Amino acid sequence: MIEIFGLCRKVGDRVLVNSVTITIPDGTIFGIIGPSGSGKTTLMRMIDLLDRPSRGTITINGTRATGDKKQQLELRRKMGMVFQKPIVLSTTVFENVAYGLRFRGVKGDELKTRVLEAIDLVGMSGYGDRYAPTLSGGEMQRVAIARSMVTHPEVLLLDEPTANLDPASTTKIEELIRTINTRFGTTIIISTHDLDQGQRIAHRIAVVIGGMITQAGTPEEVFHRPMNSEIAKFVGLENIIGGTITKTDEGLVTISTHGKEVEAVSAGELGSQVFISIHPDDITLHSGLATENMSTSARNCIPGTVTVTTLSGPFVLVTLDCGFPLKVIVTRRSVEELGIQPGKEMQACFKASAVHVMKS
Amino acid sequence: MNDIIEGFIQAIQLIVTLNPEVMEIAARTLMISLSATLLASLVAIPSGWWIHFHEFTGKRVVINIIQTLYAVPTVLVGLFVYLLISSSGPLGMLGLLFTPAGMIIAQMLLVIPMMIGLVITAFSGVDRTTIDTITSLGATGYQSMVTIIKEVRFAVFAAVILGFGRAISEVGAAMMIGGNIRGYTRVLTTSITLETSMGNLPLSIALGLILLAIALIITVMLNIVQQRSRT
Repeated sequence: MIEIFGLCRKVGDRVLVNSVTITIPDGTIFGIIGPSGSGKTTLMRMIDLLDRPSRGTITINGTRATGDKKQQLELRRKMGMVFQKPIVLSTTVFENVAYGLRFRGVKGDELKTRVLEAIDLVGMSGYGDRYAPTLSGGEMQRVAIARSMVTHPEVLLLDEPTANLDPASTTKIEELIRTINTRFGTTIIISTHDLDQGQRIAHRIAVVIGGMITQAGTPEEVFHRPMNSEIAKFVGLENIIGGTITKTDEGLVTISTHGKEVEAVSAGELGSQVFISIHPDDITLHSGLATENMSTSARNCIPGTVTVTTLSGPFVLVTLDCGFPLKVIVTRRSVEELGIQPGKEMQACFKASAVHVMKS
Repeated sequence: MNDIIEGFIQAIQLIVTLNPEVMEIAARTLMISLSATLLASLVAIPSGWWIHFHEFTGKRVVINIIQTLYAVPTVLVGLFVYLLISSSGPLGMLGLLFTPAGMIIAQMLLVIPMMIGLVITAFSGVDRTTIDTITSLGATGYQSMVTIIKEVRFAVFAAVILGFGRAISEVGAAMMIGGNIRGYTRVLTTSITLETSMGNLPLSIALGLILLAIALIITVMLNIVQQRSRT
């Protein structure tokens, strides 16, 4: 288990990482997501003891890192790290993978067996004698993973491992990450700015924005119930609208926004400023003012004028002006049936439970 | 003109017939310069490593001084070593003046700055991520140094070859510290100086051709190394 408490790193006047506290349980794939320059790499480097924290503590499997060189080496040897830029040393694939073992004094048959196992693990059997710098970016990154895995680390740190790779190589690396996690039970910490990747492979996710962890939880929690508008924007939620709670009633709140009222299933204090978000596919469109065929469970119906329609694969993304822009995803068939086109007056309806309320 | 042509012919004869005196001087030259280069490498490579990978006050000044010393006149190094090892100098009791060992020290001091400078340049070509990768693989400080030197081995080797080139071609320090004693401290460059002043052109030309051949070998080796580093 990795326990990080109050971790900070300051370089000059710049605070790169600020008061990060997280616990990463054994055997999990822990995603650190955040925009570029948010402090993900610095956090990863501090965990691998490459950068020294300005404040705070890191405890790896019960041992608290003290900064002592000898202890630092011992702890680092329990971990492996793969960097964003695929790096191989100017020698063969076999020798590249062998480095970590040679540093630990492993020799002879044991070294050979373990290196070949690691090369096999990353699907590069037969590449042992190839001169590593001539490999493709994806292959180099797999060599880098094999080089880290050959020492059987308890923790594998992957810093944006697919940022420079093509989609096919990315898929291979993601499969490899899952295989390593399930086969060896290795705790994997992966930083990425690719939200889909975080969602696809991580068991738990921490969102880092401006050097701070703004939310940590399961991918479901982070992507569907972001804690604030900043996270909501980062995870790509649509229809983020600011408003004020004007009524509270047994788990139901009414939010006044741009002269409209929206009901939501949520707790909240009367008069507090909040943001709401509604997934575009949770909203249905209805013609004009006709409300008789609307779903009875939809507590919110807001009138608006269609401004833009955009094709989005088999669907159509419709933008309505409701006093604020509201995006709705509908099928092409609905567009034809309802005659949806710019200038048409429509009703946008959604359930109170589809409205996610966040702190301002 | 005839004297020169005749000198060339006699010189070729001296080389082809493996004239004992010519061979002895060439062998001694190689022994002294190779020893100086090897010892200088042992000092320059770790020093270059330390200077490049450590932050300390005055680092830029140190690098500037090293770069200035690239062009230090050989006679100045000769004078410095002379003052150091002459009988009245601080190391006079070691009796190194007019010995091959003294010449090795002088040549070492002559090439160390250039070697350190070139080694620093070699290390500065190493990507930061490469160094982090090696560290994260669990290397100790020493293992890290050896791995990085291996990574830039061609550039480091080029520094060593260029150092050897400067050592073998210098005359000032060899003359001042060695004294050009026949059969003991006489090397190619000092010998050429003496024989030319004595009008013994065939021997001078023969020794000059050997020096040129060594320079050619160095250039070829350097080219091979540079080509390999690009592939």
